[in-house]
Amino acid sequence: MSGMFKYILKRIGIIFLTLIIVISATFFLMKLMPGSPLANAARLSGEQRQLIESQYGLNDPLMVQYWHYLVNALQFNFGHSFQFQDQPVSRLIAQRIGPSIQLGLQALVFGVISGIGLGAAAAVRRNTKTDTTLSILAVLGVSIPSFVFAALAQYFVGLKLGWLPIAGWEGFKFTILPTIALGMAPLATAARFIRTEMVDVMGSDYIELARAKGLSQNEIVWKHTLRNSLIPLVTLIGPMAVNLMTGSVVIEKIFAIPGIGGQFVSSILTNDYPVIMGTTIVYSMMLMVVLLVTDILYGLIDPRIRLAN
Amino acid sequence: MAELNQVSAADFELLPNDRKRNNETIEKPSLSFAQDAWRRLKKNKGAFISLWVIVVIVAAAFISIPYANTTTTAEQNVMQQNLPPKAPGNLPGFNGKQKVDGERFDAYKRADVKKGEYHIFGTDQFGRDIFKRVLYGTRVSLQVALIAALMDLVFGVTYGMISGWKGGRVDMVMQRIVEIISSVPNLVVFVLLILIMKPGLFSIALGIALTSWTSMSRLIRAEVLSLKEQDFISAAKTLGTSPWKIGLRHLVPNVSSTIIVQLMFTIPSAIFFEALLSFIGIGIPVPMASLGTLLNDGQTAFQFYPYQLVFPALILSALMIAFNLLADGLRDAFDPRTRD
Repeated sequence: MSGMFKYILKRIGIIFLTLIIVISATFFLMKLMPGSPLANAARLSGEQRQLIESQYGLNDPLMVQYWHYLVNALQFNFGHSFQFQDQPVSRLIAQRIGPSIQLGLQALVFGVISGIGLGAAAAVRRNTKTDTTLSILAVLGVSIPSFVFAALAQYFVGLKLGWLPIAGWEGFKFTILPTIALGMAPLATAARFIRTEMVDVMGSDYIELARAKGLSQNEIVWKHTLRNSLIPLVTLIGPMAVNLMTGSVVIEKIFAIPGIGGQFVSSILTNDYPVIMGTTIVYSMMLMVVLLVTDILYGLIDPRIRLAN
Repeated sequence: MAELNQVSAADFELLPNDRKRNNETIEKPSLSFAQDAWRRLKKNKGAFISLWVIVVIVAAAFISIPYANTTTTAEQNVMQQNLPPKAPGNLPGFNGKQKVDGERFDAYKRADVKKGEYHIFGTDQFGRDIFKRVLYGTRVSLQVALIAALMDLVFGVTYGMISGWKGGRVDMVMQRIVEIISSVPNLVVFVLLILIMKPGLFSIALGIALTSWTSMSRLIRAEVLSLKEQDFISAAKTLGTSPWKIGLRHLVPNVSSTIIVQLMFTIPSAIFFEALLSFIGIGIPVPMASLGTLLNDGQTAFQFYPYQLVFPALILSALMIAFNLLADGLRDAFDPRTRD
């Protein structure tokens, strides 16, 4: 277990290093930007300008400013938004992170669980019509961009058929279309993965043994094949999380969901640097935590993996 | 029965000697690696059709340069706003008829369009021909993807080879760097780059390449790690071949199938990423257009003019599906374990 502990410590160290690099990159990029907050304040006398600059620490040497920024950022203090005066960036993010996390988790759970089901169904009935159909669907799911699917679903299901709301975020009903659109990619990825894994496992000796023991087909599929195929699926959750983050930005825009993705886009379009920086750091942090958790999980559920190595 | 008895020794003839000699050998014509892969790719229907779909779309996008370029796609015609698709012949869905408030009418007649003038994908809110714009947008998307793939190739392969070849401390440091880069979300890397560079074909491709080269480098590194232990590399080393020459002459040819397959996966993901960025408004700047910007335009108008969304969506999806299927097919075709 001490190997595990050491490994986690090492990983947390890398996370901190990465965070510091991201924060430094954002700081120096911001310093590269032309213009200053006081550029238009022509009526300020030299003395007033100096007062304001010293008040905001703009006169300090670059390294001192950098140190302050770094320390503040590590405490989630990203300054105030340019666009929404008097709103701290951390509060803006905190207000909007809920829907994003909810949408991401729903899409992940929906995608992975239905993907496992479909993949298992295809593997059990392999080389039949069901298998072919599911494989084609999986290729479509992997290939068709989530936002194309979202826009089409919004038109046909939301507008033409009127089954579900077109856009907004006012209850569970509103989450269905975005969840399906965002969950399409993880669903297809999981389905393909599980199918290949299960077909692999089905050819192994211990499945032969289970069959020789006289276990029923159901028992073999559920207790032996599927269970052993699920373990490596955990490694896919990290890459899936990256895609979900990228995808949610555009899905939030299409369905007008008040999440950080939509806010991120509008902050980029309006050059709201503090919000861009804050969201950037929060995104990186979330991803690294997800990656760490899945790695630890993988080590815990598969006794063959020795994390220390 | 009687006939059988009449068969005499004269009815048989001796086989020529050289044919007898080959009786024991079971032989297929010997094929080079590329020929073998090509043969197996042809057997994979999905991949083979995809190859042709890609060839047709790429050819259409690049041959149409004189027809659909920055100037011709920008031609606006206020009189011909939002015309529905119309093609020669009277095909349903392509007959220029529009339905507003339950009333069907010929939008082309109402807009006073000359007879014999067609917009097979319709026109947008500025009266621009969507077919031309889709051709142009497809070309821009493909260009971004190809430039990104090229940068991915050069950088990812070089990095992976150096890391795998050097091994030890250098490898460890280089892998830590890859680890750090790949744990930053790709959108973040991209946005940071776009903040300092003007959005355009090249900067967007660079942004995509910056986020995707890590997976290429990882694959190459893993292959080089095992290749460098093999005898032919030791032989080359013993003969005093320079590391650069070993890399180019011995390593690159041996990892080429990995490179091709990985590139085939990079291209659709670059197309996807570019479309996504353009869709949210931080990608290809106007007056240029890509499939992503067309989708974005279409999405704002889809309630009334769904065709403006459907055509770019179809082309983008077709490209993505074809590239993914082809990549899958190539991976199987290059895999010696699937050899029959």
